[in-house]
Amino acid sequence: MSKRTKIIIAEHSPMIAEGLKTFLDASYEFDVVAIADCMERVQERLLKHKSCLLIINPNFFEYNKRLMLKSIFQEYPDVIFVALLTTYVEQSVLRQYHGVIEIADNRQRAESKLRDIIQNTQPTSESKENSCELSDREIDVLIAVAKGLLNREIAKNLNISVHTVISHRKNITRKTGIKSVSGLTIYALLNNLIDSSEVI
Amino acid sequence: MKENVFSKSMKMSDILAANYHLFLMLPRLGVELGFGDKTVEQVCQQYKVPVSFFLLVCNVYTFNEYLPDNETILATDMSKLTDYLLSSHRFYTDERLPHIETSLNKIIKACQPQYGTLLKRFFEEYKQGVLDHFSYEEKTVFPYIQRLIEGKSDKKFCITNYQQTHTNIEDTLSDLTNIITKYLSSNILQKERIRILFEIFEFSNDLHKHTLIEDKILVPYVKSLELQAK
Repeated sequence: MSKRTKIIIAEHSPMIAEGLKTFLDASYEFDVVAIADCMERVQERLLKHKSCLLIINPNFFEYNKRLMLKSIFQEYPDVIFVALLTTYVEQSVLRQYHGVIEIADNRQRAESKLRDIIQNTQPTSESKENSCELSDREIDVLIAVAKGLLNREIAKNLNISVHTVISHRKNITRKTGIKSVSGLTIYALLNNLIDSSEVI
Repeated sequence: MKENVFSKSMKMSDILAANYHLFLMLPRLGVELGFGDKTVEQVCQQYKVPVSFFLLVCNVYTFNEYLPDNETILATDMSKLTDYLLSSHRFYTDERLPHIETSLNKIIKACQPQYGTLLKRFFEEYKQGVLDHFSYEEKTVFPYIQRLIEGKSDKKFCITNYQQTHTNIEDTLSDLTNIITKYLSSNILQKERIRILFEIFEFSNDLHKHTLIEDKILVPYVKSLELQAK
């Protein structure tokens, strides 16, 4: 068994923070090293534990800073950021985080989500994760999407599974910041990946 | 978060200075500027707006974490709720969207025609989606609520239908901001692009709050009406 993952919880509500700590401490995989109730405390703790998992309520940030997670914590590239949801939060905000746990999650569910998040952000894949360049395969999928093909058709044409197509599409959206098909079509056209005559 | 919310004894001008976005909600409730140093309660009385409702909207608009509990919702006079939402819709369709469209058209003209056409189509699809969304609420949901308030029961519809299908109309906007920010060539109308980006972010922020009011105030309120009607 590898080392326990160090966790810092940043949450204003002591009830929620202590509750979550109790959950996580009961497991041998996690070690809650600190609870922070203000931004200074978070920074101070991160200095000590540069590679840890930070569970932070998106409401912890002032409203105008809610989209600045990456720049606020740019000195800590090895930290895994998990959003702790207590209220509705916009997708555009959540996209900055490596993953999400919710206040309604029970212990098992919260643990398994955290486990998945840690798995998905292993250092081996990290350089790829942070890159905004589309891979060759992703470009193939993007072109097909822009031409108006359905997932099923793309899978058949490229000889891959529908599941893989979906995962490529997720990565394309993460890298480009564009979700809709018409938006992706414009992106493909602007980057000369397709010709306007190929768009219906 | 209870301790950090606006109250009726505060000066109207102080509340607006604390969050300038609230200026937008004044015309939606028929409140006009020029109220001097009057308190929120006095201004609301003057314009016949229930002060509890006014504060509820201000608080949802301003404080991220603020979510009214059931008690607060039941204690609030909601007679202006659908009027308010309706005038928000009018503001979006008659002012925000046309502004964005005019600005976008300038950008489209400066683009190469093949990109311009697509950008135009993208916006038109988006606009249609927003109009459909509003029209569903105005033709189906709001009249249903009005009937409930009047004590007429309605078996064909219930607010859970609305809750489940209530889609997010601000998400697609981020596609547009990304295209304008990152992907349009740098030689295209810098000033106009920054102008439109501000417009879109304001619109998106406003829509987000609007959705919160629908999800966090309208839905629980109507649920309580439905319970009473049974």
